Amino acid sequence: MYQVGNLVKKLSDKHGRSRESIMPILQGIVEKHNYLTDEAMVEVAKELDISAAEVFGTASFYTFLDTQVRGKYVIRVCKTITCSMKGKSEIIQTLEDMLKIKVGETTSDRNFSLIETNCIGWCHKAPAILINEIPYTELTPEKVVDIIKGYLHK
Amino acid sequence: MMINLNINDQKVSVPKGTTVLEAARKQNINIPTLCNHADLCVAGNCRVCVVEQKGARTLIAACAMPVSEGMDIHTNTLKVRNARKHIVELLLSEHRSDCTKCYKNQKCELQALANEFAFGDTLFLDLVEDHNYTIDRSSPSFIKDDSKCIRCQRCVRTCSELQYISAIAVSNKGLHQKISSFHNRPMSHVVCTNCGQCVNRCPTGALVEKTYIDQVWDAIYDPEKHVVVQTAPAVRVALGEDLGYDPGERVTGKMVTALRQLGFDSILDTDFTADLTIMEEGTELLTRLKKVLVDGNKDIAIPMFTSCSPGWIKFIEHKYPQYLHNLSTCKSPQQMFGALAKTYYAQKRRLDPSKIVSVSIMPCTAKKYEADRPEMRASGYKDIDFVLTTRELAVMVKQAGLDFRNLEPSHYDSVMGDSTGAGVIFGATGGVMEAALRTAYEIVTGREVPFKNLNITPARGMDGVKEATIKIEGCTDDWKFLEGVELKVAIAHGLTNANKIMKLVKAGKAPYHFVEIMACPGGCIGGGGQPIPTSMEIRKNRMKAIYSEDEHMVLRKSHENPDVIAVYKEFLGKPNSHLSHELLHTHYVARENY
Repeated sequence: MYQVGNLVKKLSDKHGRSRESIMPILQGIVEKHNYLTDEAMVEVAKELDISAAEVFGTASFYTFLDTQVRGKYVIRVCKTITCSMKGKSEIIQTLEDMLKIKVGETTSDRNFSLIETNCIGWCHKAPAILINEIPYTELTPEKVVDIIKGYLHK
Repeated sequence: MMINLNINDQKVSVPKGTTVLEAARKQNINIPTLCNHADLCVAGNCRVCVVEQKGARTLIAACAMPVSEGMDIHTNTLKVRNARKHIVELLLSEHRSDCTKCYKNQKCELQALANEFAFGDTLFLDLVEDHNYTIDRSSPSFIKDDSKCIRCQRCVRTCSELQYISAIAVSNKGLHQKISSFHNRPMSHVVCTNCGQCVNRCPTGALVEKTYIDQVWDAIYDPEKHVVVQTAPAVRVALGEDLGYDPGERVTGKMVTALRQLGFDSILDTDFTADLTIMEEGTELLTRLKKVLVDGNKDIAIPMFTSCSPGWIKFIEHKYPQYLHNLSTCKSPQQMFGALAKTYYAQKRRLDPSKIVSVSIMPCTAKKYEADRPEMRASGYKDIDFVLTTRELAVMVKQAGLDFRNLEPSHYDSVMGDSTGAGVIFGATGGVMEAALRTAYEIVTGREVPFKNLNITPARGMDGVKEATIKIEGCTDDWKFLEGVELKVAIAHGLTNANKIMKLVKAGKAPYHFVEIMACPGGCIGGGGQPIPTSMEIRKNRMKAIYSEDEHMVLRKSHENPDVIAVYKEFLGKPNSHLSHELLHTHYVARENY
């Protein structure tokens, strides 16, 4: 089993152990593990000598620092006005049908999570989604099927 | 440097760095506040204290704005009053206002503001119904009700600044912002020490002690039950505040009468077991010193830490479990009392211990937790059945309709009711140390401590960490090994200060033999169960009252307490005897730091 403690130590060595290092360290963990486990947050608290509640408080402020189980690929569907008007609902419907999960859930193989997000700045090419850090825009249900198929075969 | 400004067209001159709020108070101009608290850093997040600054685009928060030259402040304009009204209404829109049923009814700072600014119809929708709030009753000491929380963050600042724990922090944002433990775990399963300092500072009913008043009434009215009550030292100098007296009034005699009139069968004193603690803990300290100094035993942990404060015990269990061996194994006075009530006291009074209900009145919420610890059943029963805070006792006095002010003072009952001044000062920071030194020095040298009138002044006062050195000279034959030893002691109150000492210990830089730690600022007089509000001034008044109580006692050294002498003669044998260890000593548990 992978020891999250080693990763936290490495990240702390890199970014420092003062309070303000907490953000890059948490981002580093999410980059590697998709979300923050309780164990990881406790390790960060230990390393920076702050309380675990403070680490959780910071993480929970940022939607991209998830504290719930997330799959290898986190699909974020933009839920704001432009994307809604341009067919967000169909996109979500397609994703739910393909992955057999609802918004907020993670597939049992821990490959995909499906969540909604606030504006990601692609209104001019709506509707848009993010898969991890890659944006996909001007989507149709057909395009979504092709994109997800690509990930399924990765 | 002085800064000149105008507040409500009055000229004010205050030192640089003063806030607008402080400057206004100096002129007796009242600006309402909510998140502001004298013991805590400025937060500026409730906005109730907004005032108008001529020339500024927006209103400013008086608590957070430092004065500047030529400022023209107005605290009572139409704009200010409308803003305050809206601010209070917005706070209320996210606050479950079941005021008539709330434990904090009439003692709630938000309610008081609503009464001034936000009565009648409101422009804002009630948002409480739509929220899925948590009410956490998992701790035996307090209840955390998020539906009443207005996120002023006094509790968060208290837990971080005063107690160095941060068991709670602000989580999420916007509408979902809340005060959370680590990953919203139950408070009983996180690093919380149950000290109740947050409860003492919460302006609403979001954090309140878990009350056992009804259970105690039930016991009192159960003819089968013999209900004994003990009162902690710090209660007698603070109870008055909840019953119409100014801070610092000693109400010991009236309190005893009140307890008798409430229907308790026997009114006894925690001071008795405070004195007993000195005998046990003092002997333990001298034994440890002998093992270290004479036998050269390197396994004996020095410095020895006091163990009276259950908040401190939980702190070290969570944060420094590698130093649990440094803790005295003595139970706290409350728990020593509990163990003796259902053994020694029961035998002497020919009572069936299963019929005894043992109640304690404490300045403390952590004592509720302590009484629930599985280790605290040495008598074969739950040693202490119910713990009430000073505040809860005041509620019972009111419920019973007693005219407290006109009660005739009376004395504690006998068998475990005698006390000395040394037991009384357990209620203030430095008091346990002072009491221990008064006895230990005399045991070792046969003479009184070399301080005028037995007042060991270096142990007293509000400094966060106090240190003292006492040179031991003229030892009796039994204690020759201590001749010339400079006994080094330290005292800390408030867990942030305790942490400073623990950091020294960890770094190997703590030269002390004996360290007293109390979890709350000022010691028990500033405990989480004491009357609200609290401030440095109030704590100082209570402290003065404690030392005055000590001065008025005939006996002022623990080893002279006749009940203590009797309990050793008739029951325990001698300090640290086998039976003492069974009943009066305990062990500790290493816990996780989150």
